[in-house]
Amino acid sequence: MADMKEVIKEYIVDEYLDDDDDIELTDTTPIISSGIVDSFSMVSLKAFLEKKYGISLPDSEATPEAFDTVQSICALVQKHLAK
Amino acid sequence: MSNIGSYEERLRDFDWGIARQVLGWQDGELLNIGHICSDRICARGKGAKTALIWEGFGDRKARYTFDDLRVWSNGFAKLIRDDLGVGVGERVCVFMDKIPSLYFSFLGILKAGAVAQPLFSAFGDESLEVRLKSAGTTAILTTQKHVKKVRKLRERLPALKHVVVVDGDPTKVQPGETYFDVERAPRVEEFESFRAEPESRSVIHYTSGTTGQPKGAQHVHSSIWSQALTTSWVLDLRDDDTYWCTADPGWVTGTSYGIIGPWALGATQAVLDSGFVAERWYRFIQDNRITVWYSAPTAIRSLMREGEELVRKFDLSALRHLASVGEPLNAEAVVWSQKVFDGKPFHDTFWQTETGSIMISNYPGMPVKPGSMGKPFPGITATVLDLKTKEPIREPGRVGLIAFRPGWPAMFRIYWNQEDVYRSKFAGETAGRTPTELRTADDLWYVSGDRASIDPDGYYWFVGRDDDVINTGGHLVGPFEIESALIEHEAIAEAAAIAKPDPVNMEVVKAIVTLKPGFAPSADLELSIMNFIRKRLSPLAMPQEIEFKDKLPKTRSGKILRRYLRALEWGEEAGDLSTLEDD
Repeated sequence: MADMKEVIKEYIVDEYLDDDDDIELTDTTPIISSGIVDSFSMVSLKAFLEKKYGISLPDSEATPEAFDTVQSICALVQKHLAK
Repeated sequence: MSNIGSYEERLRDFDWGIARQVLGWQDGELLNIGHICSDRICARGKGAKTALIWEGFGDRKARYTFDDLRVWSNGFAKLIRDDLGVGVGERVCVFMDKIPSLYFSFLGILKAGAVAQPLFSAFGDESLEVRLKSAGTTAILTTQKHVKKVRKLRERLPALKHVVVVDGDPTKVQPGETYFDVERAPRVEEFESFRAEPESRSVIHYTSGTTGQPKGAQHVHSSIWSQALTTSWVLDLRDDDTYWCTADPGWVTGTSYGIIGPWALGATQAVLDSGFVAERWYRFIQDNRITVWYSAPTAIRSLMREGEELVRKFDLSALRHLASVGEPLNAEAVVWSQKVFDGKPFHDTFWQTETGSIMISNYPGMPVKPGSMGKPFPGITATVLDLKTKEPIREPGRVGLIAFRPGWPAMFRIYWNQEDVYRSKFAGETAGRTPTELRTADDLWYVSGDRASIDPDGYYWFVGRDDDVINTGGHLVGPFEIESALIEHEAIAEAAAIAKPDPVNMEVVKAIVTLKPGFAPSADLELSIMNFIRKRLSPLAMPQEIEFKDKLPKTRSGKILRRYLRALEWGEEAGDLSTLEDD
């Protein structure tokens, strides 16, 4: 789980933040509601998770709420890994 | 009683002069949108009234009165005209999130006599460059968060003389840039606004077409007559309302109905500058006692997806009128809103960047047929034209092109530097008329590019676009712009961008590509292409699906048959394929 959080954080920092953005991304930093990732870009984040973890996340579960923090994203991924 | 009263009665003897009555207009008053939305409201004794209730991410909140609006827009006006020396009619871009300075600076630019060019802050480098280059933009007002994109482009934009950063740390501003935080700068109590004529240029909004890069639709100060009257009659704004328009002013709804219309009437607006999360939206409506809400089908469908249980956790009883714009509002969304908002339906409205104001709508007090666009606004002559002959269709139910008789006040005056494209929007034009003659011609039709039918009761029913433009989440995205960016990706040889049906956004972008030798389809490559377009153009333009093919269908002259690919995607007839290249 700790590894997963770091992998997701690294991806978000690399892809959605600029080098000089003064944002410290923690497990609970809001990602969607803060505007770091907008609802359209969530699709690319979802594609990354599906590719990285070999899972398929249904659209009905890939909601802004479920994607709002690294913690909630990990919980969603874990749930599908366990299936 | 609603502001419009009886729709049928308003149709009789309609005259745009009624907009002056609605505004309490006196002969000789200054027709400058920036002045009308701030100074004029103060002069009418409402200086202490709340103009803007603003909330940002992380519970940041602020309130501004109309007097604040007057003073802070004066600050920007002085900066632009007196300090930077920007001349009348020069384009000044506003490139920022929905922060208060966006609203102040928009009005300030107009007060100074310059042309406001708002651009969506999520645009990537290439989208920004194309639009700034096209408009020959002189100055850009932006934030510390977004100035980085401007810095990458600046040396390729010789016309761009001024880069102004309106927030953040002044020490981070680079040489050649100006730091200007209006709320920390000295208050500018007096500013003599530019004495605009009705045809003085005001706002330029970029919109996408099927071919070529985006085009700048130029509007003028007299657009305010349409915008104020439609705000009153369609959105039904009253003096005691708290109004929320969810649109970003980077798009036309966010300026016509997120700034100009409501503030011309002296209404209190609320703005939420935060990402979309259903609970946050409902709390915003509850906490601010929003009474009139103008939103978009994509947002409404996203709220529907979150379920009824969530909406019932909030006290939304202050809401009294709901409206929607951007894409057709499906019947299910109308029925859902009636169910969860105590019998109040969303009223669909239809208009475009080019029209500047609402053209077809459902009105307060008029029966709503769920799924219908409604009826033409009084003063607007609308029809649907036969797809081939371009003659008005007389029989109900037959699909044609939505078209309007030119001449309403908010109609765009030109596509910036593209007079021929402007002329091509008028069915029946063969005489080589000037743009002014075109927009006042009583024998021509302005063709919207959308298809609809009209039922026996006169209600319009949306069918779809008549071209390849992709309407995603209420925003038009041009396939040419996406395709041009796609082939800049190292792996892509050829590309087509088409619309794909989507249950929430109506349409999303799908890319169909062939690869260069040495590259093979993979999930990694797919993700790389998505992120490439997201950063270069915008999240809206990012393909949500990428299909890899060995070859793309082309005409014998080598042009990719996008229309054929779209028809395959939608399961429609592909039409005449006689020009298709032999396999």
